[in-house]
Amino acid sequence: MQSSALLIALVVLPAVGAGVLALVPRLEGRVATMVGATIAIAELVGAALLAIGYHPNGAVFQDASTQVLAAPFGLFWRAGVDGISVLLIVLTAIVVPIAILGAPERHRTRASIGWLLLLESATVGSFASLDVLLFFLFFELTLVPAYFLIAGWGDQRRGPAAAMKFFVYTLVGSAFLFVGILVVAFLHQSQAGGALTFSLTALSSTHLNGTTGVLLVLAFTAAFAVKSPLFPFHTWSPDAYSEAPVSGSVVLAALLAKLGTYGIVRFDITLFPHALVTVGPWLFALAIASILYGAVVACGSSDLKRLLAYSSLAQMGFVVLGIVSLNQAGVSGAVLLMFNHGIVTTALFLLVGFLAKRTGLSLVTGVRGIQGPAPILAACFTVAMLASIGLPGLNGFVSEFLVLIGFFGAQGWWVVIPTLGVIVAAIYLLWAYQQVFQGTLVTPAGASISDLDVRERSVLVPLLAIMVVLGVYPKLVLDRILPSVVHLLAHLHAAGLTTTSVGLR
Amino acid sequence: MVYAAPWMLACALGGFVVLVAFGRRLGEPVAGWVATAAIAAAFVVAVVTWIGLLGHHNREITETLFDWLPIGSYQVKVALLIDPLSVTMCLFVTGVSALIHLYSIAYMHKERDFTKFFVYLNLFVFSMLLLVLADNLLLTFVGWEGVGVCSYWLVAFYFDRDSAASAGKKAFLYNRIGDVGMLVAMFVLFTHLHTLTYLGIAAGASTLTGTQVTLVAIALLFAAAGKSAQIPLFNWLPDAMEGPTPVSALIHAATMVTAGVYLLCRMSHLLVLTSSGRATIAVVGAATAFVAATIATAQSDIKKVLAFSTVSQIGFMVLAVGSGAYAAAIFLMVAHAFFKGLLFLGAGSVIHGLDGEQELSRMGGLRTVMAWTFATFVIGWLAIAGVPPFSGFFAKGDVLKGAWAYSKPLWAIGLVAALLTAYYMTRLFVLAFTGDPRFLKAVGGRPALATPHESPWVMRLPLVVLAACAALAGILGPALDRFLSPVFASTHLAPLSSASSDSLIAIDGVVAVVGLAIAWWLWRGRVQRPALTPQFLARAWYWDDAYDAVLGRPAERVARASAEVVDPLVIDGAVLGVATLARRAARQLRGLQNGYVRSYALLFAIGTALLLAYLLARTF
Repeated sequence: MQSSALLIALVVLPAVGAGVLALVPRLEGRVATMVGATIAIAELVGAALLAIGYHPNGAVFQDASTQVLAAPFGLFWRAGVDGISVLLIVLTAIVVPIAILGAPERHRTRASIGWLLLLESATVGSFASLDVLLFFLFFELTLVPAYFLIAGWGDQRRGPAAAMKFFVYTLVGSAFLFVGILVVAFLHQSQAGGALTFSLTALSSTHLNGTTGVLLVLAFTAAFAVKSPLFPFHTWSPDAYSEAPVSGSVVLAALLAKLGTYGIVRFDITLFPHALVTVGPWLFALAIASILYGAVVACGSSDLKRLLAYSSLAQMGFVVLGIVSLNQAGVSGAVLLMFNHGIVTTALFLLVGFLAKRTGLSLVTGVRGIQGPAPILAACFTVAMLASIGLPGLNGFVSEFLVLIGFFGAQGWWVVIPTLGVIVAAIYLLWAYQQVFQGTLVTPAGASISDLDVRERSVLVPLLAIMVVLGVYPKLVLDRILPSVVHLLAHLHAAGLTTTSVGLR
Repeated sequence: MVYAAPWMLACALGGFVVLVAFGRRLGEPVAGWVATAAIAAAFVVAVVTWIGLLGHHNREITETLFDWLPIGSYQVKVALLIDPLSVTMCLFVTGVSALIHLYSIAYMHKERDFTKFFVYLNLFVFSMLLLVLADNLLLTFVGWEGVGVCSYWLVAFYFDRDSAASAGKKAFLYNRIGDVGMLVAMFVLFTHLHTLTYLGIAAGASTLTGTQVTLVAIALLFAAAGKSAQIPLFNWLPDAMEGPTPVSALIHAATMVTAGVYLLCRMSHLLVLTSSGRATIAVVGAATAFVAATIATAQSDIKKVLAFSTVSQIGFMVLAVGSGAYAAAIFLMVAHAFFKGLLFLGAGSVIHGLDGEQELSRMGGLRTVMAWTFATFVIGWLAIAGVPPFSGFFAKGDVLKGAWAYSKPLWAIGLVAALLTAYYMTRLFVLAFTGDPRFLKAVGGRPALATPHESPWVMRLPLVVLAACAALAGILGPALDRFLSPVFASTHLAPLSSASSDSLIAIDGVVAVVGLAIAWWLWRGRVQRPALTPQFLARAWYWDDAYDAVLGRPAERVARASAEVVDPLVIDGAVLGVATLARRAARQLRGLQNGYVRSYALLFAIGTALLLAYLLARTF
């Protein structure tokens, strides 16, 4: 197969699967899970082939394809991948089958899996887009399945409201992005002449004066800051993460959040290098606020899912911190952190789901001492928790360290503040662990606590393995993303803004 | 033979992997024997490496295993530095660990998680070896955190006991606070030197500015304070006594807690460049040695006495580092590993015999019933008290000599701490082993205990070996000094004249005997002396209470308030307020009735139009 066809297939395949599930009512129940898992695993194999075929030192964007979709509107299919998008496509392809197999819904299974597959298509499409308008369409398309997953399979009482809040909040953010996209494209057309285009490469040569650039970067970043989320645009996320079904929380936190930070990496740096440097201090401030605020609120949360939502907020703060450092260490760390956070957060939300299934509660209170009857569940939670805390030897540390050292290179002693966030992460996670897993056994009446079964273990094993492998040998991934990061930062060089090859400053 | 070093790591890691995979099937006691064999093999490899290094012309060998992670264009490698310092560390770490593994087979008999205990223990030894063998700061940090997390697991080993769970968490968090120092030191060093290897740092340290060097030194001291339980982060170690006693002996006395001292010694070439940094280190060490020794005099729990004693002894080591007497710091570290490991194992033997009783007031008269434990404990006691000719006398003597050459006031504080050491250890010894057997009587709801039996041979053998080491290690001093001194930076202090050196040694001996005699006279035949154990000391200078009042509880209130008030009402409230306003505006503009989606879609449209108009007006 020609490799550009592979990329197109990766975008289309899950949507086709979703269509089949939608059209064939007979595929209900366990069969739907089987069909969904088969397609998702095929997608994973395809993504693996894409990653294996990717040459880190080859062309900047590989497996590229261009097609006219609707010429009058300037709508083109422009897709291709660099090291950063390959990594995030692989993440998507890992997380979706695990979400399908790990947390299948008991009722209306067919529909829930259909939405998950559609969401996979939209996510992969977003990461593969080299056209700003195409990206926007995929970016928006993710909203629909996410909305229906939260509203349809979440908490019966509070789910629909949380879904609406998520939908509207994200849509408002997208409004700014849409305006920004139009303005850039029209500006480009007025400068360069010719037909209206949304091609990323073309638009990156648009000349922007100071204020316009700043307004545009703010418009783009508004959408990304809501999606990631960043403080203070995060308030949809604790509700959405906690009211969603387990698979919904997983895809929201592990995948959709990455669309926001990916947007900053891909579009803000490429299109608005000058303006990004100008607003850099403000983004640093938001990132640090997210880290500290997320950590503090997580400390005060008594619901595990909300705690994880705030913990994600803090982690996304680290990602933005690394990106805006605009040096190799910071950006490569941030991209790796997106991947790592996706893996770790998937494991944590699944484990909370497994726990809730046994106790009927996801609250930290009301259940204690689970380590006794469920040692393997406890051990898996411990490993994921330690990865999230940033224990060296597991994946989280590598990315966190690169982000912090990159930030030190960019902003010097301010690094002490986010480093404190690393400590607080240990406080709330260890506290939560102690509340739930340690102490004398207390369970809600009638709940019997069994350890993980074979299915639950087998979806966790790959995640735990990735945590260890990328902790011990992160080069596996970093060698693939670094050339792309170098290329991305070359935009800053070209714009007369300096970064150096040692990775700092 | 020098190149055998990675096999040390492989032995410990292999033991860990085998136990994770097959531990449950192996069960008790096979799992324990497998773990012990793995560490004993690591000890053999350490000896082989040491012999190899002795015969090697170059005593600074870097062995690269693989590239680990790229920081931009710089590669951090997984590489080992084999030199006299790392080999010395490996020898005593694997040796003492092997003995404590052996001891644990009997001590952990019939425990619920027997296998898991040895899984943690092997992982601990692996991490500790990685810590001391790493050729760069970042890899050391991996081991540093690895021992920290093993300590967390092992302190909270009896996880259904709340005090144990809390103590494990506390140990981990205090270490994490110290880690900020380690991270900051790495940031500064890497940014300015573009390397993290110890050899690179030693070579390049002189190119840093004075302020940078001092900042790095203070940051490293902070990291060491967390790991090695020094002021202001020492108060986790006493709580860590919640773990099983072999853990206290191995992790919280012999090996892990001395990692901070090791790190500072490793960075000697940087430390010599900053007199203010070194002064801070020396003051922290002396202050910790003194404060912890005063607290140890007033503890009623046998393990708590030993815990504060450990804090105090590490204070001596840190004082030696600050004084520039690096070899003396390592000498005391090795001697301390022997005698404090011995004392903890002896205490464990007592606790084991007395059904878990740890209160000194419930002991007494154990001299006759536990002869082996008693005889070996005597040696440990005399060694730590600094009575000649046992190892503590020589090791502490070297430290105090270094302190004398560096600063007379700090030497004086160290001497007082040495006096207190002899005092509190004698008090412990008298209360536990002499007098009436108080455990035979039921007191305050606690039942009378049967006369204890002596422990089995797997527990006695490590006691005997460690007692022999604790008694004889003193003679190692000069050889160790010659072996290690090429590793360390020279402080260029004038050597002491032999007359003043001799008189210092005499003073040390006298102080030890005086402290011992005072305690003997005061505590012989007594159990309680409230005047000598005031609340201020028993509660460790109210250090925990102060942290709790100033930091802990306010922080908890802030977190609670953020989660319950600020986020849902203030931040989300503002968002909902905007939404409500928009909906009202929409209703007025278009007479639209309710319905979230429609009003938001309108907001979307209006906002888009306004923004677009503004931008287009500006640009065209």
